[in-house]
Amino acid sequence: MSSPETTTITSWNIRQLAQALQDQTVTSVQATEAYLGRINQIDSILHAYITVTQEKALADAQASDNRRAAGKILGPLDGVPMALKDIFCTKGILTTCASKILANFVPPYDATSWQMLERKGAVLLGKCNMDEFAMGSSNENSAFFAARNPFDIERVPGGSSGGSAAACAADLAVYTLGTDTGGSVRQPAAYCGVVGLKPTYGRISRFGIVPYASSLDQVGIFAKDTEDCALVLSAVAGKDEYDSTSMPLDVPDYTKACQKDVRGMTIGIPKEFLGQGIDREIIAALEDGAAKLEQLGAVIKEVSLPHTPYALSAYYILATAEASANLARYDGVRYGLRIEKDNVSDTMEATRSAGFGDEVKRRIMLGTYALSSGYYDAYYNKTLQVRTLIKDDYDQVFAGGIDCLLTPAAPTTAFKIGEKTGDPLAMYMSDVCTVPINMAGLPGLVFPYRLSGDLPLGLQLIGAPFGEEKLFTVGHALECPRLLPRDIITQAKKKGVVA
Amino acid sequence: MTQYETVIGLEFHAELKTKTKIFCSCPTDFSAEPNTHVCPVCLGLPGVLPVLNKRAVELAIKAGLALNCQISHLSKFDRKNYFYPDLPKGYQVTQFPLPICTNGYLIIKDDAGNDKRIRINRIHLEEDAGKLVHSGTTIATSAYSLPDYNRAAVPLIEIVTEPDLSSAEEAKNFAEMLKLTLQYAAVSDVKMEQGSLRCDVNISLRPQGQKELGVKTEIKNLNSFRSILRAVAYEQTRQTEALDNGERIIQETLTWDDDNGTAFSMRSKEDAHDYHYFPEPDLVPTIVEQDWIDEVAKELPELPQKRKYRLVDQYGLSDYDASTIVNNPVLALFFDRVLYHYDDPKTVANWLLGEISRLVKSSEEEIEMISLKPDDVAYLLTQVKEGAINNNSAKAVLEEMFQTGKEPDAIIKEKGFAQISDTSALQDAVKAVISANPQPVADYRQGKKQALGFLLGQIMKATGGQANPQAVREILINALDNE
Ligand SMILES: [Zn+2]
Repeated sequence: MSSPETTTITSWNIRQLAQALQDQTVTSVQATEAYLGRINQIDSILHAYITVTQEKALADAQASDNRRAAGKILGPLDGVPMALKDIFCTKGILTTCASKILANFVPPYDATSWQMLERKGAVLLGKCNMDEFAMGSSNENSAFFAARNPFDIERVPGGSSGGSAAACAADLAVYTLGTDTGGSVRQPAAYCGVVGLKPTYGRISRFGIVPYASSLDQVGIFAKDTEDCALVLSAVAGKDEYDSTSMPLDVPDYTKACQKDVRGMTIGIPKEFLGQGIDREIIAALEDGAAKLEQLGAVIKEVSLPHTPYALSAYYILATAEASANLARYDGVRYGLRIEKDNVSDTMEATRSAGFGDEVKRRIMLGTYALSSGYYDAYYNKTLQVRTLIKDDYDQVFAGGIDCLLTPAAPTTAFKIGEKTGDPLAMYMSDVCTVPINMAGLPGLVFPYRLSGDLPLGLQLIGAPFGEEKLFTVGHALECPRLLPRDIITQAKKKGVVA
Repeated sequence: MTQYETVIGLEFHAELKTKTKIFCSCPTDFSAEPNTHVCPVCLGLPGVLPVLNKRAVELAIKAGLALNCQISHLSKFDRKNYFYPDLPKGYQVTQFPLPICTNGYLIIKDDAGNDKRIRINRIHLEEDAGKLVHSGTTIATSAYSLPDYNRAAVPLIEIVTEPDLSSAEEAKNFAEMLKLTLQYAAVSDVKMEQGSLRCDVNISLRPQGQKELGVKTEIKNLNSFRSILRAVAYEQTRQTEALDNGERIIQETLTWDDDNGTAFSMRSKEDAHDYHYFPEPDLVPTIVEQDWIDEVAKELPELPQKRKYRLVDQYGLSDYDASTIVNNPVLALFFDRVLYHYDDPKTVANWLLGEISRLVKSSEEEIEMISLKPDDVAYLLTQVKEGAINNNSAKAVLEEMFQTGKEPDAIIKEKGFAQISDTSALQDAVKAVISANPQPVADYRQGKKQALGFLLGQIMKATGGQANPQAVREILINALDNE
């Protein structure tokens, strides 16, 4: 039997590759080489990766092939090449968070979620590009280089997990992990035409994830379709004794939910998500999707989440307040960048001034201000109250018999590189559909619905706490067949982008 | 001249006696090489998360119960933000609005010797910082400073009193009673010299009779009871002079310089830190059910106040003796253990405060280091009571026990200290003395009873002091009367 073409191998989803590995039409080493070859070929254009772990990937792939030969396979993810956002701590492997301040940081420990995958045989191709410390919506805040959208290399892949989204969309990994604090997995998934899940807060361990805003951060998954996404969630979810906020709940086989029928389910459309600033075409797609669900036997109901308009501003106070403390440890004393000065406070100041980018500094200052005595009640405390009101909105809707909510994933499709860098508020608005879900701690699934011109258009499903299964059921029913970007090298030649 | 009233509040930091740190499993012991008891969690590396040590919560509850506090069923941790190289995360995890214990008190003696209740506002749990070793005297004047994070994230409780104390002596009394109580509760080593118990003093003056409080200053770096006493007296004098001269007191933080007996200003209120407290999102609220509190309460021994009442009221010891025993928890425990086998509190107290304390003192050992066993002491006292050994021999045996750790029985046999109570041996000695001393015998028989004393002395001499005097007396009288 002859081996499949390299481009065929990299187009497969997890199940297809797992099947091929099982049938021995391809080995893990061959698959890994195919991916490394493709990264080598086009990532100098896309900049989806910060670090490529070629040697480790090939060694792990070989180990997987050996296990397979010995009949000791560790499950469907064994031997499957994947990648991590560069915010996941990886033992012995550079973990930069796309920041100059951590440009030389090699952690002596693994993030729990990565450790769980590695124990199931995952092959790590590398660490993906992102906005510095996950602060951004376009990946343009990477201290190293901006990642590009595979569907139009002059556009952003979204952020902050832009590199992970681009890598998954452009077949530079079978699946990838990102993190989502206000939409950092779901918005880039929408822009890049892949499935992106932010599970319920507490579903996946946060241990080893460099924190941005601890009460909002959650590990997320990028996959080529909902069933792949469900497969990965089953592998990384669960209680971790090293994360007090992870929940001790059973982890089901989420792939089963993809086979379920939407008949009899009640889907809510929150009217606050269809207001000003959302592209007409996206609203049209959402209405189309709702109609399709009705045809499949689901009930569609308009619902109201009245506190939604306050979510974005409350988010930027809460997230930046937590960030101001989370980023205090980068002081040049113990690890990371250090700009040596005459005394300790000058050293700290010089290190932080040189080490952090503008957006990170902006958010640290915002957060510090919000926590200052005299402003605390007006900002931080008020924000906690708003957060409770937002949660209550969702609780009421789900208590009223709604199975899940259908909303836009972002107000627009992917925007041009440089389009919003001069206007932070316009940039922040691109997270308006995703931020409330983090504030409420709920699960959100973004799936590609169709192309809008050349660009993917995604929709979002929101579930009750730990209601991921229903999201997979509905998402599986509505997702379009996989969207494929046009050839990257051809795009680069046509648009004069130099690799 | 205006008479001022002094108002003092105290804050203590006590390191909890847990085996491991508050948020990771690194050991807490003091003596290790710098930066060997550390891990990614207590070094504050990126992405690591704290996991609360349950034993630290238990010890905080225990301290709260010992200090008559209410234990909160729900408490929360907060972040206290500031930059300093000994603070790995750039914030300290502590408890701000919802501490683990509130509303306690301790009873101390006021200056007139009467009982006074000092209220405790709160006890909260927090993590300690690391330690900096400067090449010079301060961080600002040093060429370099070396951080040691072994102490980082060792669990602490902070105990905050209400401003109920009104003199240096009271402040010292409170500190001593607090230390003793925590020692009995076994929650902390409470060694001020080693820093496992630290004290800050808040002090203000107000004209006698005035209701509102004056401007306060805070004195830090008090490493002994004596320095508390001296620092309060110093600050009392300084503030009195300032107020008498019509000056305003500036709210500031002072550092006590024990060598020179002065305090100097660290920072004034204007440049006081804004700590930007906010809830620690990496930890869930600490829920303490009543069952857990009840379990912890069972671990709590009898506390100093109650213990002293028992010694005075129940055993009839003097106030002074009772205090001496109770003020030293090791001595108090020793006392109780001896008493368990030998039920005569006054005798036990006499031996403990007399002979045993003398031996401890001359050995220059700490009492907890000595090898004397309470049940051996009880055995020795029983031997004395039963007449098997006399008092002087017992002292010699005790000293030998103290020096060698041998059992009393072995020493008594070895040294031949056992009193002769064997009747036939004693009868021979009595017979010999009677035949050798016809005149005193005749005197006795004629009614001169004082001759008995002489004869007894002769028998004791003949037996080398080892005859049981009680037995000798009986045999002698019997012999004289019946022959
Ligand atoms: Zn540690």
